Amino acid sequence: MRAVIDSATMLRRRLTHIWRYPSLVLTFAGVPVVFLLLFVYVFGGTMGAGIGGDRAAYVGYLTPGIMVTTIAGAAQGTAISVATDMAEGIVARFKTMAIARVSVLTGHVLGAMVQTFIAIAMATLVAVLVGFRPSASGLGWLGVVGVLAMFTFAITWLSVALALVSKSVTTASNLPMPLLVLPFLGSGFVPTESMPAGLRWFAEHQPFTPVIETLRALLDGRPAGSGLVSAAVWSAVIALAGYLWARRLYNR
Amino acid sequence: MSAAVPAVSVTGLRKSYGSHRVLDGIDLTIPQGTIFSLLGPNGAGKTTTVQILSTLIKADAGEIRVAGHDLAAEPDRVRAAIGVTGQFSAVDGLLTGEENLRLMADLLHLGRSRGRARARELLERFDLTDAARKPAAAYSGGMRRRLDLAMTMVGTPEIIFLDEPTTGLDPRSRRTMWQIARDLVEQDGLTIFLTTQYLEEADELADRIALLSQGRLVAEGTPEELKRLVPGGHIVVRFADADGYRRVVEHVGATSRNDAALTVQIPGSGNVRTLKRLLEWLDAQAVDVAELTVHTPDLDDVFLALTKEPSR
Repeated sequence: MRAVIDSATMLRRRLTHIWRYPSLVLTFAGVPVVFLLLFVYVFGGTMGAGIGGDRAAYVGYLTPGIMVTTIAGAAQGTAISVATDMAEGIVARFKTMAIARVSVLTGHVLGAMVQTFIAIAMATLVAVLVGFRPSASGLGWLGVVGVLAMFTFAITWLSVALALVSKSVTTASNLPMPLLVLPFLGSGFVPTESMPAGLRWFAEHQPFTPVIETLRALLDGRPAGSGLVSAAVWSAVIALAGYLWARRLYNR
Repeated sequence: MSAAVPAVSVTGLRKSYGSHRVLDGIDLTIPQGTIFSLLGPNGAGKTTTVQILSTLIKADAGEIRVAGHDLAAEPDRVRAAIGVTGQFSAVDGLLTGEENLRLMADLLHLGRSRGRARARELLERFDLTDAARKPAAAYSGGMRRRLDLAMTMVGTPEIIFLDEPTTGLDPRSRRTMWQIARDLVEQDGLTIFLTTQYLEEADELADRIALLSQGRLVAEGTPEELKRLVPGGHIVVRFADADGYRRVVEHVGATSRNDAALTVQIPGSGNVRTLKRLLEWLDAQAVDVAELTVHTPDLDDVFLALTKEPSR
């Protein structure tokens, strides 16, 4: 109970930070929007032809990839926020108080999820403006939000752990960078069938692909399919590993 | 905590980082309602001691009781009884002063109205009411330290650790902090564990001082007791003219002289009898004295005599 109340207090603290200094959110929401515009207007014609359609069809294909790219990009912002916070005396103060210890981290995770969802909403809005026309039902949208939430939760715990293992804010901002490449080495921007064998195997077995495929199916108004199970398993594994790692680093 | 229980008692505290021994068997007892100061050069282990006593890091060995609770067995009971104001201000710079205090109140589960009242009361007490709605990042050094201490006070602790509370403050802010520290002991009955590198600060505030050098306590006592540990009291006489100076300089019992400045240094405690005898003798020699000053040993002398530079 104490952990829930204290986490809520820490979340309020993070939300005040975000509300007062939104520049970090805007920066990390900006990157996927730039990707979106680049891929739609520069590569979109060719890419659309590649998947057997046109530019408009490619917007539909691309948007789920942009959504997970946003999660990966926001992870960098989370790592920077956590690492900056850890360098402040205030965290030492929290550690000398009789509060639920983990609440400092859960406050960050919940705050980062709010932050990431704002960024995803902004990217999706821009996608709609450039021609994204999803055909998901109400239930389908609920599924989309659910999949995004569980994957964001997982990646956020991982980025908190990466921030805690870093000795400096600079390292913390660099460590989650590889995450930003994973949507490319998956089905985020092009179908995996078009890749050479080795890369294709990797692309089809890494965690971002089932998440992207599930989102794509739901947004298209199709059933989620088997991808949903692997997306859920990957999310659970990453979240648990990130949580345990982060907790150990914080308590050392 | 009953009055007989010491606020802090430590026996055989040890801490090493790898092969580097930071604390090598510290014993301490701090009675309730007193100010205890841990003095030492940089790298002596002051901050490590505070970090251990405030549950931030674990000791390798030693029996430690804070506010009557065993530190290793009941860290949360200890945390509920202490407050820490660190060397680097532990405030949230992005929140306002009032929000910082409300954050503490929320974490201590004071409830909305009590939290708000407590925040207002502490803003008033620490003279921060006018700045209550400004972000703490915009505060001056002295204001940040006051806010830091106010945050520590939200939970009404029994023992406060002040780790170098005035480092980097201007003289006026420093004096304000001293007065606040005195009030905390006199009005609120708190116990203060103070670390500082300013000898003047320890002399001004502390009931007892311990000198830490290379992980060991090399001396402990009241400021007066410590000053008595080292010799160094002397009288300095400056003569009005070179003629008189030359006449008496060999006979006055000086341990050092400065022929250009016409001064001599005479060892002695500077008590009335010694001074009277010296002045009568100088009078009998018919020399003109321009200036006479008495130097009692200060904590600087004690510090320099008893502590060593950490070896690197």
